Amino acid sequence: MTDSDVVPEQAAAAFGVTHHENVIGTPKILSDGGPETIRFIDQDGHRIRNEVNLPYDKYVDALTEEDGRRLYRDMALIRRFDAEGTALQRQGELGLWPGLLGQEAAQVGIGRAMRPQDYAFPSYREHGVAWCRDVDPVNLLGMFRGVNNGGWDPNEKNFHLYTIVIGNQALHAVGYAMGVQRDGAVGTGDPDRDTAVVTFFGDGATSQGDINESFVFAAVNQSPIVFFCQNNQWAISEPNERQTRIPLYQRARGFGFPGVRVDGNDVLATYAVSMHALDEARSGQGPFLIEAYTYRMGAHTTSDDPTKYRDSAELDIWRERDPLLRLKSFLLSLHETEQAFFDEVDREADELAARIRTACQEMPDPPHSQMFDRVYVEPHAGLEKERDEFVAYQAGFEGEGN
Amino acid sequence: MTTTASSTGTRLTLAKGITAGLRRAMENDPKVLVMGEDVGRLGGVFRVTEGLQKDFGEDRVIDTPLAESGIVGTAIGLALRGYRPVVEIQFDGFVYPAFDHITSQVAKMYARSLGHVTLPMVIRIPCGGGIGAVEHHSESNESYFLHSAGLRVVACSNAEDSYWMIQQAVATDDPVIFFEPKRRYHDKMVVDTSASAAPRGLYEAVVARPGEHVTVACYGPMVKTCLQAAEAAGQEGTSIEVVDLRGLNPLDTETLFASVRKTGRLVVVHEASQFLGFGAEISAQVTQECFYHLEAPVLRVTGYSTPYPASKLEELFLPDLDRVLDGVDRALAY
Ligand SMILES: Cc1ncc(C[n+]2csc(CCOP(=O)(O)OP(=O)(O)O)c2C)c(N)n1
Ligand SMILES: [Mg+2]
Repeated sequence: MTDSDVVPEQAAAAFGVTHHENVIGTPKILSDGGPETIRFIDQDGHRIRNEVNLPYDKYVDALTEEDGRRLYRDMALIRRFDAEGTALQRQGELGLWPGLLGQEAAQVGIGRAMRPQDYAFPSYREHGVAWCRDVDPVNLLGMFRGVNNGGWDPNEKNFHLYTIVIGNQALHAVGYAMGVQRDGAVGTGDPDRDTAVVTFFGDGATSQGDINESFVFAAVNQSPIVFFCQNNQWAISEPNERQTRIPLYQRARGFGFPGVRVDGNDVLATYAVSMHALDEARSGQGPFLIEAYTYRMGAHTTSDDPTKYRDSAELDIWRERDPLLRLKSFLLSLHETEQAFFDEVDREADELAARIRTACQEMPDPPHSQMFDRVYVEPHAGLEKERDEFVAYQAGFEGEGN
Repeated sequence: MTTTASSTGTRLTLAKGITAGLRRAMENDPKVLVMGEDVGRLGGVFRVTEGLQKDFGEDRVIDTPLAESGIVGTAIGLALRGYRPVVEIQFDGFVYPAFDHITSQVAKMYARSLGHVTLPMVIRIPCGGGIGAVEHHSESNESYFLHSAGLRVVACSNAEDSYWMIQQAVATDDPVIFFEPKRRYHDKMVVDTSASAAPRGLYEAVVARPGEHVTVACYGPMVKTCLQAAEAAGQEGTSIEVVDLRGLNPLDTETLFASVRKTGRLVVVHEASQFLGFGAEISAQVTQECFYHLEAPVLRVTGYSTPYPASKLEELFLPDLDRVLDGVDRALAY
């Protein structure tokens, strides 16, 4: 059922992996995460019951087939939204787009496990989490179109601004969780009050001091936080073995809190494990690390050309693990789900794509003086002077051509 | 337009000038290492280190873990062990995790050790805006480093300089912050790569275009803008002398002061925000040393004192030809 962790010699050679003395360890790029990976549906859509996933069984068993279809719909819609982002970049409507293709199950699983009072601190690729938090996807386009540097109100849906500087957001999340503790919003047993914080980051990010420091702070404070690492195998051109010599989830142990690896392409698994981790956090059991083992099926961003550093054979393997296909086969193997449902989702996706496209094209350019606005909360004479000079200078052009 | 490049040689982009310079530095000295994120197999996100790992191996061209503090911190250790690391910071806005090491350790190690150890390392930073990038990819943060004694800071503006200056920086026994204007990476120029020595010193300012009425001092990405402004002004009868500073710390005051004494007017142009930007230091020094030659106060044409704006607004933030000419007109109006 699971692929072997061991990469055959020829395959390693095909990947240009030289067994140089300094590159110790077998490349795991073809691996599906190994036997420790929590998984509920296999590649062919069959339900798995085993010792590894047993502790999380109850969360999956509590799901109805209708819930499964909802998860599918979420994944299909954000996949379509994401494809539209890439297309809009190609057509010059966006400056850049970081795609999430392949990571839908990872994001939707935790996104749907979160409660309204929980708070998310994303990196820059969490379009699927934003979707689950009910953030209008149009809002996500602004910074990639260059009209703002974030723009949405993080407190409206408890979804913080995208953070581009790798790792920064994890410390903000821990600090927020420390605030939650001080507010007494953890461990009360009130499901509407107890709050967890989730922060998102990649495999590459785990090398940053900020991520490691956030682990320390969270552990020391026993803060209600879930660290959600999407291990998509690549940090731009650098594979996992440039960042770590042990599976990332095992890092948690050294910091003093639990960590697990979940199949990031199995939405039932990411949902179930997230439910558990969030429950732990909310009830005062402290931090939890989830490594969602997945794959970046597209380029790092639209600026990147992955053919420069990875073999397409790798993508072929991961295509077979596609999170949407997998859930679809599973649903079709149950009783009530018909092809008509998937057709309907496709139609809805077309509508979403059209709405996104129009909204993007119609997004107004920011007012010229926006860069002077809201730099400081309180008045600032020096800045006002520069703004006045700017306005006067720009006004000089407006008369031109009349 | 004057150009200092020889007409025979190799046609190189500014980016490939650095690649060629690094290659030569690595050939000449086995202690030279290149390290950073994605610099190996990919050759860097701007392809500046392209081909180097293939030719010099993974021991000398290191794809580091994603951690800038770690990169610069370990580069310090490598330098202590006798290596000459050339560190690539992927984008200007990502140098800050390494800032502690750069200001607290790199800048001070020589003094702290009373001269017993040197840190001959180069920290390359693609800088500046104008490429329509998202946040943190367009910053001009030279002031932080200029303000930290112990660091040498240079900025190249064309392929000939990028080719020679990187080699000179690598050969320097002090740490050097090496700014590369990313929006000029693809600008081409013929460079005589067969020459045995650089045409000028690493910190020498150069009169990129001689003129009579006003001096415009600039560096890095703004040199091209200022040359274009000078060309446009020349057609209207205003003669601008463009000084490409090249070395920011140390600053070649001799060349700069001579130009200001000749023209009597100075406009400093940079992308960085005005408040405590490099223009402030230049203005103070020129006012002090050239006071009796000045016909006008030293003026600055710079980015505004705001966070770098979203890319749709960056053209309004960055000095352009018109804003340089406006500054020149204001200087001439005194
Ligand atoms: C501090 C910092 N350094 C470098 C970068 C440039 N950069 C952007 S994304 C990236 C790779 C991130 O990889 P990973 O953490 O695995 O996340 P992924 O993009 O794969 O989701 C790098 C190096 C950055 N944004 N911030
Ligand atoms: Mg990654």
